[in-house]
Amino acid sequence: MVNVTINGIAVRVPEGTTIMEAAAKAGITIPSLCYLKEINEIGACRVCCVEIEGESRLVSSCNNLVYEGMVVYTNSPRARQARRINVELLLSQHDSTCATCVRSGNCKLQHVANDLGILRNPYPQDLPKGLWTTTFPLFRDPKKCIKCMRCVQYCEKIQSLGIWEMTGSGSRATIDVTYNRRIKEADCALCGQCITHCPVGALRERDDTSEVLDALADPDKITVVQIAPAVRAAWGESLGLPRELATVRRLAAALRSMGFDYIFDTTFSADLTIMEEAAEFLKRFSSGELNEYPMFTSCCPGWVRFLKSQYPQLVPYLSTAKSPQQMFGAVTKSYFAEQLGVSPDKICCVSIMPCLAKKAEKNGHMYVKQTNSIQDVDIALTTREMDRLIRSENINVSSLPEAEFDSPLGVGSGAGVIFGATGGVMEAALRTAYHSVTGTNPSPDAFRTVRGQEGWREAEFNMNGVVVRCAVASGLANARHLIEAVLAGQVHYDFVEIMACPGGCVGGGGQPIPFEQTEQAEIRGELLYKLDRLSPLRYSHENPEIKTLYHEYLGEPLSERAEELLHTDHNSWTMPLSLRLQMQNTEDTTIHFGET
Amino acid sequence: MSRLSLETPNQAQTVVESLYKDLERRIAASPPGLCPVDISLGFLKLCHAQTCGKCSPCRIGLGQLARLMDDILSERATLDTIDRIEKTAKTIVDTADCAIGYEAANMVLRGVQGFRDDYVEHVTNNRCTSGLTQPVPCVALCPAHVDVPGYISLVRAGRYEDAVKLIRKDNPFPTACAFVCEHPCEARCRRNMVDDAVNICGIKHFAVTHALHVAPVANQPSTGKRIAIIGGGPGGLSCAFYLQLMGHHTVVYEQRPQLGGMLRYGIPRYRLPEDMLNNDIDVILSTGVEVHTDVSVGRDIPFREIEEQYDAVFLCIGAHIDRKIGIPGESSIGVVSAVEMLRDIGEGNPPDFTGKRVCVIGGGNVSMDATRTALRLGAASVTTVYRRRIDDMTALSEEIEEAAAEGATILPLQAPVRIECNEDGHVSALITQPQQIGPVGRDGRPKPISANKPEQAIPCDIVIVAIGQGIDSKPFNAAGVATNRDRISALPDSFVEGSPKVFAGGDAVTGPSTVIRAIAAGKVAAANIDNFLGYNHVIHAAVQDIPEASLSPAPACGRVNLRTRPACECVTNFDDIKEPMTEDEVLQEASRCLRCDHYGYGNFRGGRMRQW
Repeated sequence: MVNVTINGIAVRVPEGTTIMEAAAKAGITIPSLCYLKEINEIGACRVCCVEIEGESRLVSSCNNLVYEGMVVYTNSPRARQARRINVELLLSQHDSTCATCVRSGNCKLQHVANDLGILRNPYPQDLPKGLWTTTFPLFRDPKKCIKCMRCVQYCEKIQSLGIWEMTGSGSRATIDVTYNRRIKEADCALCGQCITHCPVGALRERDDTSEVLDALADPDKITVVQIAPAVRAAWGESLGLPRELATVRRLAAALRSMGFDYIFDTTFSADLTIMEEAAEFLKRFSSGELNEYPMFTSCCPGWVRFLKSQYPQLVPYLSTAKSPQQMFGAVTKSYFAEQLGVSPDKICCVSIMPCLAKKAEKNGHMYVKQTNSIQDVDIALTTREMDRLIRSENINVSSLPEAEFDSPLGVGSGAGVIFGATGGVMEAALRTAYHSVTGTNPSPDAFRTVRGQEGWREAEFNMNGVVVRCAVASGLANARHLIEAVLAGQVHYDFVEIMACPGGCVGGGGQPIPFEQTEQAEIRGELLYKLDRLSPLRYSHENPEIKTLYHEYLGEPLSERAEELLHTDHNSWTMPLSLRLQMQNTEDTTIHFGET
Repeated sequence: MSRLSLETPNQAQTVVESLYKDLERRIAASPPGLCPVDISLGFLKLCHAQTCGKCSPCRIGLGQLARLMDDILSERATLDTIDRIEKTAKTIVDTADCAIGYEAANMVLRGVQGFRDDYVEHVTNNRCTSGLTQPVPCVALCPAHVDVPGYISLVRAGRYEDAVKLIRKDNPFPTACAFVCEHPCEARCRRNMVDDAVNICGIKHFAVTHALHVAPVANQPSTGKRIAIIGGGPGGLSCAFYLQLMGHHTVVYEQRPQLGGMLRYGIPRYRLPEDMLNNDIDVILSTGVEVHTDVSVGRDIPFREIEEQYDAVFLCIGAHIDRKIGIPGESSIGVVSAVEMLRDIGEGNPPDFTGKRVCVIGGGNVSMDATRTALRLGAASVTTVYRRRIDDMTALSEEIEEAAAEGATILPLQAPVRIECNEDGHVSALITQPQQIGPVGRDGRPKPISANKPEQAIPCDIVIVAIGQGIDSKPFNAAGVATNRDRISALPDSFVEGSPKVFAGGDAVTGPSTVIRAIAAGKVAAANIDNFLGYNHVIHAAVQDIPEASLSPAPACGRVNLRTRPACECVTNFDDIKEPMTEDEVLQEASRCLRCDHYGYGNFRGGRMRQW
C-alpha cells in the first residue's frame, strides 16, 4: 500500500494505482478527455495534469502511478491554469457550434469547458478541413475531433480491426482510416463502438431521421415501425427517464403519438429467426455438415461484415437465416401487406435498432440508394436517432401512458427479448432446438450457463443423448480469438453465437451514450433477462402469432416460402477484405526468456 | 562618439546564439517518419527569418513559397500549386543575391523534386504518405530494435542480469556490442533536445561487465528441422541462437579455426577482449548449436550438398577478402592487407613489427585498427596516409584521436601513387601525391584533387593496405546463388530470390557494415526461416516488469563518456583500453534517459515490443 496526500486529504491505495484513481478514492475528480480505462491511458489531452510536490513539471494523472509520500495538488494555481489553457487550446481546434451537434449536453469537452467557466477563448479558431462521405452509415467530422485516440485504441484493442489510425505529423496530425483507405474501402464492421467511445461529436451515425419524418408526413405511406429487443433496455437513458418508466410499451406509446401507423416488436421476428435458425442448425448438425466447423449465427450484421472481411472462407458456415430486422421487413411486406390488402411499396418499414450496421444491412450492405427494388426495411434508425426524434416531437415520455403493440407482428417471447444480450440468441435457439429434438420443452433456464460477460464462453448440452457443443463470444477481438482457435483445431464447436459489440446488442454502437462512457451492456442485459423471466412466453415456438404465421402463410421452417422470404445469400454482396496481418495467435510455442 | 569600439553582443543576441545551439541538437534528434512537406515548411520559415530583406526573390519569394506549401498542407492547393512552387523556387535559386536566399529555395526545390509523390498525395487525397511507425528513436534506429529504454531502466534499478536478458531478446551479443557497437541508437536520442545523447553503449558496457554469466532460456521442443548456417560470425551465430531457441537444430560451418567472424578476426583485442567475445559465444553455443570449424563450404564441401542435406540454409559469410589498391609496387615484400594482418593476429600469429617503419593506407575504422595494432606490435613509427581530409575519414573521430594520441602520424591529403622497394624486393618507401580538397561530388562528399606540389616519399618497411574488404561469394554464385557485384542478392526479409531454401544476410549482402546490422540480419533470417519451415515461434521478452519512469526528467546534465586509459599505458599491449563507468556515473547516465517508451508517442503506440 502507498500513502498519498491529495489536496490535503490522505489516502492509502495499492501500489500501481494511478494518480487519477487515487484522487477518486479521496473523493476528488480530475477532469480528463482522452482517458478510457485500460483502453486509452496515453495522457494526450493533458487536461488531467496535476501538480506534485518535488516534481519539476506537471504530471498527467491518468497514466502515472502514485509513490509513497506523494503530495498532489489538483487545483493549485499552476494546475488550474494549465487545465484551462489546454482546454482553450482544444476548443480553438474544435467546431464549438454546440447548438447543432448531436452530442450537445452529452459532450465531455463541452462539460469540461463549461465547468471551467471558459466564457471566451483567447485563442482564435483554427479548424481543419476534411471531407467525409455522407452515404456511409458512419460519419466523421474532422472539425470536431480532438485527437484523443480513443477510437483508434478501441477499434484495435477491443475489436481487433484497426480501422482508425493517427496520420500525418506535426500540427496536421489527425485521425484517418488506416493504410490511407477511404472508409468505404475499409473492413469496418460498422459496430459503432468508436462512436459510443468518442468523447465529443466527431463520430456519429448517418442521420436518417428526416427520412422518417418525410414518410410520416406522406399520406400515401403506411408506416410500420419495429423495435429491436435491446432498444427497450436503453432508450430512456438519454431522455432522463428512469429504467422502471422506460418500458417498451411507453416507447410504443411515444412512437404512436409520433404518428406511426403500426407499431410492432422485433422480438416477434426474433422468434421467427429462432424457428428458422434452430431448424437449420438441426438439419446441418444431423447431416454432418458441421463436423469440421460450427454453424455461426447471422443476426449481427457487424459480425457478418467482420467474418466476410477477415475469414471469408468461413462464410458458408454462417446461418443463412436473415436477421430479425430483415425477417420482420420481409414478413411485413408480404404476409402483412396481403393482410392489409395493400401493395408492399405502400409500406414504409422503419426499424429502431441499437446498431449502425443495420443501416448497411437493410441496404444489402451497399451505400447507393436502391431506387427500384423493394427493400425489407426502408429506414433503420439507431436508438439515439429515435430519442432525437422523440425530443424533436416534444413528446413528454414520462407522462405518457403505456400502449400495446399492434397485432399480428407485435407479440414476442422472452426468448426473443434476450436476443439483445450476448448469449441470448444461443439460449433462445437451444430452447427451441431442444423441443424439436425431444418433443418436450426444456426448463426455460436450462441453458443459462451461456449467459455472462466474459468475452468467450462455452457450454455443452445433452439433447436426447446427443451432445451439442456451443460457444458464445462478443466483441470482435474475442471473436477473432475464437475463430483462430477453431481454425487451428484447438477447439471444436457445433454452434457459435457471435455479437460484434461487447455484451451484445445492449452494448450496441447505436445505443445512448452514457456521459461517463462506462460500459452499460451488463446492466442493460440483466434487464432483458428479467423481462424474459417475467414473460408468460419463454419459447419462440410457443409464440401464438408465430404459429399462426406458419400455419397461414409459411408452412413450416425451411419451407420453400420460408427460404425465399427469410433466408439470404451472404455472397450476394461484397465486403472489402482485411488488409491487416492477422493478429498473432496465442500458440503454446512461445519462448519466455528467464524461465529456464 | 568614439572613432571605433569593440562590438559586444547584447543580451538578445546571446540568448539567440544559445537557441541556435539548442536548435542544432534538436534537428539532430528529429524523430523518423515526419511529414516531409511539413518539416520542409518549418525549415523554410526559419530560412526566411534569416533574410536581411534587401532582395525581392528572397524577401518576398520565400514567404510566398511558404504560403504555397501551407496551401498544399491545408487542402487549398491543386496540382498546379506544385508547379508554381517549383517555378518559384527555381527563380529564387537563380536570382537571389546571396546564399541565404538561393540555398533556402534550393532546399524547397530538392524537396519538391525528391518527394513530389508526397506533395501530390497532399493535394489529391489531403493526407501524407509518411507515418510514425516506431516512436522510440533509439529502438527505431537500432537495426536489431533492442529495447533500449527498457534495459537502461533496469540498469538504473541495479538489475543488470535482467538488462542482459532483455537485450538478448533482440541481440545475442550484448557483451561484444557493449564494446564495439557503433551505437546508431544514440544518433537521434531525444535527450539531445535537452543536453546531449544518453551514452547508451556505455550503460550497456556497465550492465554486461556486471552480469557476465547469464544463462539463456531453455529451447522449445525439438522440431526436427535442420538448418545449415554458413559463417560463424555475429550474423550467423545470432541466427543460430534464435533458431535453437525455437526448437530447430542448427549446424554452423566456419572456415576459420574459431567462431566470431570479424569480431575475432577483424576487431583488435584492445577494443574487444577475447574473454568478452567468448562469453557471448559460449551462451549461444550452450543452446546446442553444432559447430564445424575449419570447413569452407564451397571448397571443402560443395554448397549443393549442404542445400540438399538441410531444410534451410543461412548464408552469412561476411566480407573477409582484401581489396587491392592497384598501384605499382603493391606486390613488394612488406605490403600486407589489414584484413590479412588482423586475421593472422586473431589466429595467434602476430607479425613482428619491432623497429619497423609502417605506413597504413586508408581512412576507415579498419585503417585505425591497423594503425593502432601496428603500434602495439612494436613499430618504430606508424604513418596513416589518406587522400582526403581528416574530417572526411569514415573512421569514428574518437578512433582517429586515440590513434594520434598513441603516437601515429595521421597524414591526410596524400594519395598513394606507388610503392618503392629495394633491390631484394622489400618495401622501402611509399610515394604519395599531395592533394587539395576540391568540389563536392555526387555523393555529397568533397573530392580530393591533385595539388600542385611535388610527390612525397615516406620511407617505410611495411605498407598496410586498409581500403575495404570484398566478399568471397564466387563458390556460391557458381552453385546458383544470385549475386550482384560479389554481393549475395538477398531481399530485406533475407530470402534469396531463385533459391527457395536459401537465406542470406550480413556483410555478404550489404557489403562491409556494422556488427549490429549483421546481428539484425541474423534475427530477421531466424524469424523468416521459422515461418518458412511452417512454424510461428514467438520470442518473448524475459523481463516484463520494466521499472516505472520517473515523473520529472533529470535536469540538464553532462553526458558521461567512457574514459580511455592513457595512451602510453595502452600502446604497449593489447589490453582493453576503456575504463568502465563507475556505479555513480552509470546511475547518473541512466537517469538521463527520457523514457520515450512511456512519454510522448511511446505510451500510445509501440513503446515496447515485448515479442517478435
